Amino acid sequence: MDENLVVPDAELLTPGHLGCQGCGAALAMRYVLKALGEKTIVVLPACCFSIIAGPFPYSALKIPLLHTAFETAAVTASGVRAGLDCQGDSETTVLAWAGDGGTFDIGLQALSGTAERNDNILYICYDNEAYMNTGVQRSSATPWGAWTTTTPHAKRKFKKDIMLIMAAHRIPYAATASVAYPEDLIAKVKTAKKTKGTRFIHLLAPCPPGWKISSEQTIKFARLAVQTRIFPLYEVEDGTRYRFHDISEPASVEEYLKAQGRFKNLSEEDFELIQEQVEERWAYLIGLAAMTGAGNG
Amino acid sequence: MIVTTEETREVITGNHAVSHGARLARAQVISAYPITPQTQVVELLSSFCEDGSLDAKFIQVESEHSAMAALVGASSVGARCFTATSAHGLALMHEMLHWAAGARLPIVMANINRAMGAPWSVWTDQNDSLSQRDTGWMQIYCESNQEVLDTVIQAYKTAERVALPAMLVLDAFVLSHTAEPVEIPSQEAVDDFLPPYEPDLRLSTEDPHSFSGLATPDTYMEFRYGIQKSMERALEEFQRVDDEFYEAFGRRYGLIEQYRTDGAELLLVTSSTITSTARVVIDELRDSGRHVGLLKIRLFRPFPGELLRSLVANAKKLAVIDRNIGFGVGGIFAQEIRAALYNHIQIPVFGFVAGLGGRDVRPSLIREVIEYAETHEEPEDLIWKGVKL
Ligand SMILES: Cc1ncc(C[n+]2csc(CCOP(=O)(O)OP(=O)(O)O)c2C)c(N)n1
Ligand SMILES: [Mg+2]
Repeated sequence: MDENLVVPDAELLTPGHLGCQGCGAALAMRYVLKALGEKTIVVLPACCFSIIAGPFPYSALKIPLLHTAFETAAVTASGVRAGLDCQGDSETTVLAWAGDGGTFDIGLQALSGTAERNDNILYICYDNEAYMNTGVQRSSATPWGAWTTTTPHAKRKFKKDIMLIMAAHRIPYAATASVAYPEDLIAKVKTAKKTKGTRFIHLLAPCPPGWKISSEQTIKFARLAVQTRIFPLYEVEDGTRYRFHDISEPASVEEYLKAQGRFKNLSEEDFELIQEQVEERWAYLIGLAAMTGAGNG
Repeated sequence: MIVTTEETREVITGNHAVSHGARLARAQVISAYPITPQTQVVELLSSFCEDGSLDAKFIQVESEHSAMAALVGASSVGARCFTATSAHGLALMHEMLHWAAGARLPIVMANINRAMGAPWSVWTDQNDSLSQRDTGWMQIYCESNQEVLDTVIQAYKTAERVALPAMLVLDAFVLSHTAEPVEIPSQEAVDDFLPPYEPDLRLSTEDPHSFSGLATPDTYMEFRYGIQKSMERALEEFQRVDDEFYEAFGRRYGLIEQYRTDGAELLLVTSSTITSTARVVIDELRDSGRHVGLLKIRLFRPFPGELLRSLVANAKKLAVIDRNIGFGVGGIFAQEIRAALYNHIQIPVFGFVAGLGGRDVRPSLIREVIEYAETHEEPEDLIWKGVKL
């Protein structure tokens, strides 16, 4: 059996965490820590997870956790890595765990620096597509058409393509993942763990209150996002070798959009426009992959 | 480049004195971003790292904010950390300065005093470092390149004893780019003086804890109380470290230095390199029988208020020269001095502001300051000197 497909029993996130019901981020952390194990140090900037992890003196994580400022997850992790390296510890995985705001927006500069230096850390962005900690404000990861408290009708700007930005740094490993596909997620985290250098995982983690969905629908939408190719699952090695998890018959975006409260202001034309965008972007990705010698996984 | 196991005497700039200090202190993780007038500090440290004379990781970050964030990470796992910056770089670090102090990390940094824009300036004044007054960093203002090198080493020892970060401060160009003879101690002597950093608590998978997580109103205040208590302890520790340094190397600087203060009725108070010019003026006036003396404030945070009171107890007036301006109030050292005295002793404090943006503070200006204070009875909070009106 493929070692990567074994899901360890160990639970390193305790049930006492402070996530909302159906929190995609909490689920994501649980799976990721299963894959990484106890020899992991987590660096956490301001985001929902700084609350979820519990207030002083508590911690919902059974591994060491360093809280840091909002825009510094990547470089604080670089520093932890350097500190461990000078103690001769090359075994411990340093995980920077940040939200989409901390990654796509305020933390992008520091992340780019870490990636350019190819510092030996794993950076996971759990993407709930808005600033949830502060009450659902738009981020540059918020998709076109979504309601947030600062886009009271609907956001009319496209989601930034963080994967292509990270791939352009030619880091050894970048991947997308979704909490609806735990085996895939765990396998990717294990691959990342074995890789040296800056590794980046863009992880879709729905937020029931922020998306205006009910708490049992987290997995449903995390899966539909993949099945519609709104959030395709793929890996990029060294910024050039793409590997896709192919969807043979993609679902229509309408199915994904209509059932979420955050898209309730969209019209039929908006759905069509989004469908077109998704297809265009998919074709672009496939074209890029073909150009750089990709394969389907 | 000078790297030897022997003590040597070399002619080096203030910036290179900083680099040698960090090398001798065996900084393990360095992270910095270039800014005039600090660049030679990091250039020399980079070559120390490359040629093996310093066994450190140098993280070449994309900003000063990231430099301090990287050191927060490295210091949390127990590495001895160093950085250097100036003016806009220090201002950009501001958030992380609070973070480093709040997290009780004994990071040491050199700040080359440079005036803040707008408008752009690269020349010296103290508004950059003094704007960081309340971040929880210790601040030490240096007068000579020797003092700079020695202060890096003293700063580590004090910082690690009290678990607070320390910033040593030197004037742009006047020290940073001016070469002076400096005794460079041997590595063995510094190793004997400064033991390796062994924190009580560190981020480690052996003993997992969460650091700096949310503190509710029920717990936050005690963290702040702890910092203040450590600052108070740092006053004693800094003195102790200075004494130990004297025993080891034969040099000491004190928290506040007294220069020819015997029987002085007027005390001039300065910091940094203005002090060197003031020494010349004081010598001249003393030799012609005037009752003036000089106090150099070296340690600004924690502020040695009690020591100051004991040193000024017999004076009739103070004249403070500030190379900085707290807009809407006046010179910042003068403010601090008045605050330290007010509840205890009533001595008129004349506050002079001079030398902003690197304008020369010459002996003639210092003579005028002294004359003004001598001939006026009513103290004034803010007197501008050398401003073209
Ligand atoms: C410099 C700074 N600006 C703003 C904030 C306020 N803030 C804290 S978390 C947050 C949003 C986090 O959004 P994201 O990274 O997407 O994580 P999420 O909360 O959605 O999990 C903001 C704006 C801060 N802590 N620091
Ligand atoms: Mg978010």
